[in-house]
Amino acid sequence: MARIELRDVAKRYGSVEVLRDINLEIQDGEFIVLVGPSGCGKSTLLRMVAGLEPISSGDFLIDDERMNDVRPRDRDIAMVFQSYALYPHMDVARNMGFSMEIRKDPLAERKSKVAQAAETLGLANLTDRLPKALSGGQRQRVAMGRAIIRDPQAFLFDEPLSNLDAALRVEMRLEIARLHQKLSATMIYVTHDQVEALTLADRIVVLNGGDIQQVGSPLELYERPANKFVAQFIGSPAMNVVPVVGTEFGVTAGNGTEIKLPDQPLAAQAKELGVRPEHIDVVNNGTGDLSAVADVVEHLGSDTNIYVNVEGIGSIMVRKHGNIPVKPGERLGLRIQTENAHLFATDGTALRRVA
Amino acid sequence: MSAVKKTNPALIVGKYAALAFYLIFALFPLYWLLKIGLTPDALIYSEGTRLFPSEITFSNFTTVIFQTDFVAYFRNSLMVSLGAAFFTTLFAAGAGYAFSRFVFAGKRIIIALMLVTQMFPLLMIIAPIYKVVADLGLLNSLTSLVVVYTAFNIPFATFLMQSFFDGIPKDLEDAAMMDGCSRFQALRKVVFPLTLPGLGATLGFVFTAAWSELLFALMLISRNDAMTFPVGLLTFVSKFSVDWGQMMAAGVLALIPSCLFFIFIQRYLVQGLTSGAVKG
Ligand SMILES: Nc1ncnc2c1ncn2[C@@H]1O[C@H](COP(=O)(O)OP(=O)(O)OP(=O)(O)O)[C@@H](O)[C@H]1O
Ligand SMILES: [Mg+2]
Repeated sequence: MARIELRDVAKRYGSVEVLRDINLEIQDGEFIVLVGPSGCGKSTLLRMVAGLEPISSGDFLIDDERMNDVRPRDRDIAMVFQSYALYPHMDVARNMGFSMEIRKDPLAERKSKVAQAAETLGLANLTDRLPKALSGGQRQRVAMGRAIIRDPQAFLFDEPLSNLDAALRVEMRLEIARLHQKLSATMIYVTHDQVEALTLADRIVVLNGGDIQQVGSPLELYERPANKFVAQFIGSPAMNVVPVVGTEFGVTAGNGTEIKLPDQPLAAQAKELGVRPEHIDVVNNGTGDLSAVADVVEHLGSDTNIYVNVEGIGSIMVRKHGNIPVKPGERLGLRIQTENAHLFATDGTALRRVA
Repeated sequence: MSAVKKTNPALIVGKYAALAFYLIFALFPLYWLLKIGLTPDALIYSEGTRLFPSEITFSNFTTVIFQTDFVAYFRNSLMVSLGAAFFTTLFAAGAGYAFSRFVFAGKRIIIALMLVTQMFPLLMIIAPIYKVVADLGLLNSLTSLVVVYTAFNIPFATFLMQSFFDGIPKDLEDAAMMDGCSRFQALRKVVFPLTLPGLGATLGFVFTAAWSELLFALMLISRNDAMTFPVGLLTFVSKFSVDWGQMMAAGVLALIPSCLFFIFIQRYLVQGLTSGAVKG
């Protein structure tokens, strides 16, 4: 239980600036998810919070106390490493109980806590194995166990579920959600998985190239992305973005099609139009805003993904709920749900509709 | 249709033949050492090239042990080698850890200097070393040998240890520190147990190097009671003859500590102690 604050935090390796202007206030008990492309500095940020990486400049505070130079062991934070970092010479039980061993907790208490954590994580019959005799997913769960056995102020997770199969992933995700409800500890969680990010987070922090792009609730990021990067990064499949010329009433796409955007007063400045695949309707050929030719059709059962080609614009993806009987090569009309469309200026920032 | 390829019997035979050839090639000198040690003096020249002596005697061994200063040489060598191995490994472990984990000013220069020291032939620096040791009043003392051997072995041993530390993922120490360890505790509880193979290899390397070193021992030691084994071996060579039987017997005995030492450390030399620590 801790309030974590980062003020103007930056990280430099020599002359290379890996993170800059990081300003973030994490409330007590909040679940923060960090997302961003590979190499954008997520692990580095986590390691700075953990105290494993010196902070180049700026202030790092826990409960209003400056902690920049406090040793990791005195920060009372647990971390699950991206690489697992299991102690290879200790069996699973000792790996999980290592923090208690260091704290010199009584053996009986240690044993019961380890047994309980192993049970929760489905490792009960593996406790006397060495890490080298475990599968990747099992190792990852041991790494989780090592963190949850403690009762720290905050948890840091660096892609803790990346090596698990789909079913186990869902199960562990629920386990983490439960853990968060039970302990109400502050959590910072790095993931590449959209579903994990959207389901677990109170707020999501989108990082790119060392900058925070946007901070907000999952719905906020989905509905009102601050810029093109966030718009395309959040949401799966990714948003379609096409270059347009802004006019007084809407935009003109590359093939000359005019799309009226009555509720978008800033349309005149728009350079790009963004529409999510689920915000495009398939209509009869000849009607709608655009006419297209179906290219590839993916039937997922619950949804249908249709990749279409629009002359003069290029490839666009449409996602519809249910099973849509479209065949490759078929001509169709597309109607854009203009109330859900996004406009971006030259520098990629979103042009917000008023109200 | 089986997916398993049948192994060609000729290949197996070839593999073992190659192994056998290598073993014979490597072990033959050792066998010869033992053979001559066991051959009675009278037969050494008359049966010089026979593979098995027609008669066996242990008299060379008993003479060497009970009637020469061999035991004293042996003890001196043991002390010098163990001392050199211990101190070298101690310093090399510390330096290797620093090189592996920390960024500090002058690191590259120190590494370069250590490499440079490895490039000079020992003969070039024998005279200055002699002068330094003499001025310190350490001639004819085992301490001088321990110091000199330690100094000469540290650079290589440091690189050896550094590479062992490099093989231990840094995340492990970080994890230990997150679990509440101080850096020193992390070192002791996590890094040290994983470095045992490295320590074993370094100890073994320095021990054998010191055990068989002749040049410095010959030059810095002239008193009989401070002689190490390789120097002592030369006492079997007199002006008029070489006592081959006793010399070889002494050689066989001298192999024992090296063998024991390696039997003791070999279980730490096994590879793969860190497997399973981090992602593939
Ligand atoms: N010691 C270092 N010296 C210089 N640059 C470094 C160093 N360590 C990391 N970096 C750089 O910092 C950036 C951020 O690395 P980081 O590991 O935080 O990325 P990440 O967002 O966690 O990526 P991934 O999703 O692949 O785990 C990378 O571009 C990396 O090259
Ligand atoms: Mg990372």
